[in-house]
Amino acid sequence: MAAKNISITVKIWRQANETAKGCLGTYALKEISTDMSFLEMLDVLNEQLTLEGKEPVVFDHDCREGICGTCGAVVDGIAHGPEQGTTLCQLHMRHFKDGQVICIEPFRAKAFPLVRDLMVDRSAFDRIIQAGGFVSINAGSAPDANTVAVPQQQAEQAMDAAACIGCGACVASCPNAAAMLFTSAKISQLALMPQGRPERKRRALSMVAAMDEEGFGNCSNHRECEQVCPKKISIRHIARMNREYLAAALFGE
Amino acid sequence: MARNKDGLTKALAEIPAIREEFYANVYIPGTGQELNQSLERAGRVADFLEFAEVMVLDALERKESCGCHLREESQTEEHEAKRDDVHYSHVTVWEHRGVGQPPLLHQEPLEFEAVTPSQRSYK
Repeated sequence: MAAKNISITVKIWRQANETAKGCLGTYALKEISTDMSFLEMLDVLNEQLTLEGKEPVVFDHDCREGICGTCGAVVDGIAHGPEQGTTLCQLHMRHFKDGQVICIEPFRAKAFPLVRDLMVDRSAFDRIIQAGGFVSINAGSAPDANTVAVPQQQAEQAMDAAACIGCGACVASCPNAAAMLFTSAKISQLALMPQGRPERKRRALSMVAAMDEEGFGNCSNHRECEQVCPKKISIRHIARMNREYLAAALFGE
Repeated sequence: MARNKDGLTKALAEIPAIREEFYANVYIPGTGQELNQSLERAGRVADFLEFAEVMVLDALERKESCGCHLREESQTEEHEAKRDDVHYSHVTVWEHRGVGQPPLLHQEPLEFEAVTPSQRSYK
């Protein structure tokens, strides 16, 4: 598809800090190439705002190739925008029409305090990971192939769980602001592998406790998280997390 | 990537002018009192403009070729990087003494006990 230029209007959430009153700012953009990524469109807007002597829109970004989990915003009500299985940085302007009005908001959740504009503090995820602790097996050097036998199906499932980039779209989309898709992906990844077995009970208990402590809600099977997840993590992992948690709580360490 | 005395000398002359242009024309919206990504980026550019000068100075000072630092003046007959361990077997540290001031050269000699550096050969 050949690139063309479109004119769009963006309505972006502007908020100076966590306690300030926020509002939607409306900005007109002309000659946006359909080959641009969504973040490049925001770069153009920020350059335009800077040249006009106005403050640019604050947003998080890093790798811009869909693997780091740093970017993210709610675009027209959908975390990471209308393309499924795609991070915001990998969403392209060719999916938008000339003259379209696009509404851009931050990932909202009690456990994700707003920093500024579209940037939220997702360090709660880091603390859940920290609560997971260590694995006691020697992970220092790559073992020879097949010295640790892993059934193919489990290896595949663990790999699917490991695809989680921790962006927080699941939390932003959940009506309960639950972090269960994220936490379950991390718990599953290790519980499915022999290397993660020794600490699996302690890990399930402490990561779920950390998740609750941070103020995230619980899963009520709306499956919104699965719909927006840029890595298409399945809620089957939530079921596995619940089993891991139940087994650990009932039978102890 | 190859470097030579003429190119490095030219770069060393141009960088201060670019830095002055940056400071004369830089516009940073907002203040330093709140999160300001423009300020963060301007700070990085300012760092790069100082760092670039030190890198060029160091590349000019090290007249041998070494690792990925290829000085065109120092190459073997087969156009490979030619080392000069007699004069350059040391680590250089440049002490910053203010923007626009010449940095101070410190050298720490490298001592090899188990292996000795040798000419790279892909043959």
